[in-house]
Amino acid sequence: MTDPIIRVEGLGKRYRIWHQAERQRYTALRDVIAEKAKKLFSRRQRSEIRDQTSDLRCPTPARASQEDFWALKDVSFEVKQGEVMGIIGRNGAGKSTMLKILSRITEPTEGRVRIKGRVASLLEVGTGFHPELTGRENVFLNGAILGMRRLEIKSKFDEIVTFAEVEQFLDTPVKRYSSGMYVRLAFAVAAHLEPEILIVDEVLAVGDAQFQKKCLGKMQNVAKGGRTVLFVSHNMAAVQALCGCAIHLQGGAIKATGEVELIVNQYIAATSLGENRPLRGPVRIGDSLRLLRLEFNPNPAVSCAPLRFLIEFHTEHAMIISEVQVLFYSAQGVRVAIIDFRACGLPANLEAGHHWRGEGEISSLPFVEGDYQAGLYVKAGNFQGDLLDLASIAIRVRNTNGHVPAPARYRGLIELNFTAQFQASASACCA
Amino acid sequence: MNELIIEPGRVELNYWRDLWTYRELFYFLAWRDILVRYKQTVIGVAWAVIRPFLTMIVFTVVFSKIAKLPAPAAVPYPLLVMAAMLPWQFFSTAMSEASNSLIGNANLISKIYFPRLIVPAGSVITSFVDFLITLGLMGIMMIWYGFAPDWRIFLVFPFMFLAFAASFGIGLWLCALNVQYRDFRYIVPFIVQFGLYVSPVGFSSSIVPEKWRVLYSLNPMVGVIDGFRWSLLRGQTALSISALGLSVCGTFVLCASGIRYFRKMERTFADVI
Repeated sequence: MTDPIIRVEGLGKRYRIWHQAERQRYTALRDVIAEKAKKLFSRRQRSEIRDQTSDLRCPTPARASQEDFWALKDVSFEVKQGEVMGIIGRNGAGKSTMLKILSRITEPTEGRVRIKGRVASLLEVGTGFHPELTGRENVFLNGAILGMRRLEIKSKFDEIVTFAEVEQFLDTPVKRYSSGMYVRLAFAVAAHLEPEILIVDEVLAVGDAQFQKKCLGKMQNVAKGGRTVLFVSHNMAAVQALCGCAIHLQGGAIKATGEVELIVNQYIAATSLGENRPLRGPVRIGDSLRLLRLEFNPNPAVSCAPLRFLIEFHTEHAMIISEVQVLFYSAQGVRVAIIDFRACGLPANLEAGHHWRGEGEISSLPFVEGDYQAGLYVKAGNFQGDLLDLASIAIRVRNTNGHVPAPARYRGLIELNFTAQFQASASACCA
Repeated sequence: MNELIIEPGRVELNYWRDLWTYRELFYFLAWRDILVRYKQTVIGVAWAVIRPFLTMIVFTVVFSKIAKLPAPAAVPYPLLVMAAMLPWQFFSTAMSEASNSLIGNANLISKIYFPRLIVPAGSVITSFVDFLITLGLMGIMMIWYGFAPDWRIFLVFPFMFLAFAASFGIGLWLCALNVQYRDFRYIVPFIVQFGLYVSPVGFSSSIVPEKWRVLYSLNPMVGVIDGFRWSLLRGQTALSISALGLSVCGTFVLCASGIRYFRKMERTFADVI
């Protein structure tokens, strides 16, 4: 039992980033030919040796500058049989890259991983679901995609359907499902995987609260059954509930590893510095949108006082921004509130190369003092999704006019604005 | 318990064994594509009949009635065209489906590991279903014209295999290139259109002048189409062994180099797609 089931040694993954005037997600042959022709005439010899394997934009355009970006660098750790390991870290710390390497979707640039046993990875709920197919057909398809045998799916079919609570709709195409049903069915298939090693990315944050509880329960059973789980999440409460130990990744390297309480507390302490920390550079959102600024003023803010916010995007191509929401999280990763800009002029139709800036004010921020994280939900162009951990806000206690409030940990997350009157009178009924 | 080692440059020494392990996924993906293909179409499977049938009529009118191209006396011109439409239709759909297959399954590729070779192979298989339907149409036409095949019809199977290999080979090249350079999505329809005219679909390859025959046979579909005609039409059309040999060699080179290129590019698909 003490023999490690996963051993990672000196793992590194490098991406090449090209800085070009016109950046595209893929290369066009047209550009490659044009660049080759240009090079032919200028007869410039390039001395650098390029690594073919991790080259994102294969041919080198002569005038583009390139930059190496190590998504992971020199990462080593071990996971023992039956351990449930949480992987935490900010956006861009390398968590997803690590999971992708462990599930063999992409190759590392250096280092080595040894894995003993069958791996199933769940990086997304409902991968490969086809809207035209019925629920029944999708269960089989999705099962096969996740690596289950046909007989295995057959024997668990009833269990899966019961778990997902979609019995009546089995022969309906899933495009007619409500999003809740869709997600439940997708998760149900995944939950019935029985690999020796399960790799799970932020997928528990789906469905309603009751279903989430069911999923957590299922995950706990998996862990108790002696199987090994690697679990990535921003939800610290879930990590603490499920995992025995954790790894804190920062900037592609391991910052700390050890017992889960310790690591989670360290992580919370490290992310709640409380000053107005600007973004670490523009955050890329999909193909052609960048977030330049997300700031709160004042920061530290005062509980129940006004808070101003500033958000600024840059568009690289013309696009329609249909939804933007600012998401507020507690340090434990519980979503507290959102600001939905659909009421303020969205969707917006933007030209290429525009700055798009919004300012506003929350008249009275009702958060109990403590540290909060802010993220964004964006639906723009072909991108739709959450970006977490973009900024942090520290909230200080308000002036309470003399009375001493209970410690913050007893007061929940929201400061209620209330009035009440009490009257004392002689009671007749209980006499 | 077998141990899995992940290292740079080591794209699975046991790649081919993996391919076997993932055969069920292969069935399921092919099954999905077939189901989806006919699910939201009004006349469903009829498309697989109407397309080749109308093309056959147009070709017969254009090449036989208007251009007055020669054909063996014993064979009705529509049968001559249809025997060529069979492999050509299969080749062109398989090639275009395969070349888009990786892009179309981008979400799978970036989220799940499996030998990527499954994806283009699956789309070639899917196109085979259409082929079988068209084959039925050919059978009906042969009955209509009262044209009975002879023993040579059994030799259609090797030619079928050759058509498979040719479309798989070129499909591999195109889908791997398509991931890297999206221009290829414009090139593929062009290849299909162009190929229809340089392959002997509407006419018999015997009208190509002798001195160009060798060059002409470098097109792998020439051997396949000639073979189909020869075996389905009682050997009434000529089948040159040297030309066939060239086509087989061409197909083999295409297939082998396609697999090689695909395997080389496969490692970076998830990063690029």
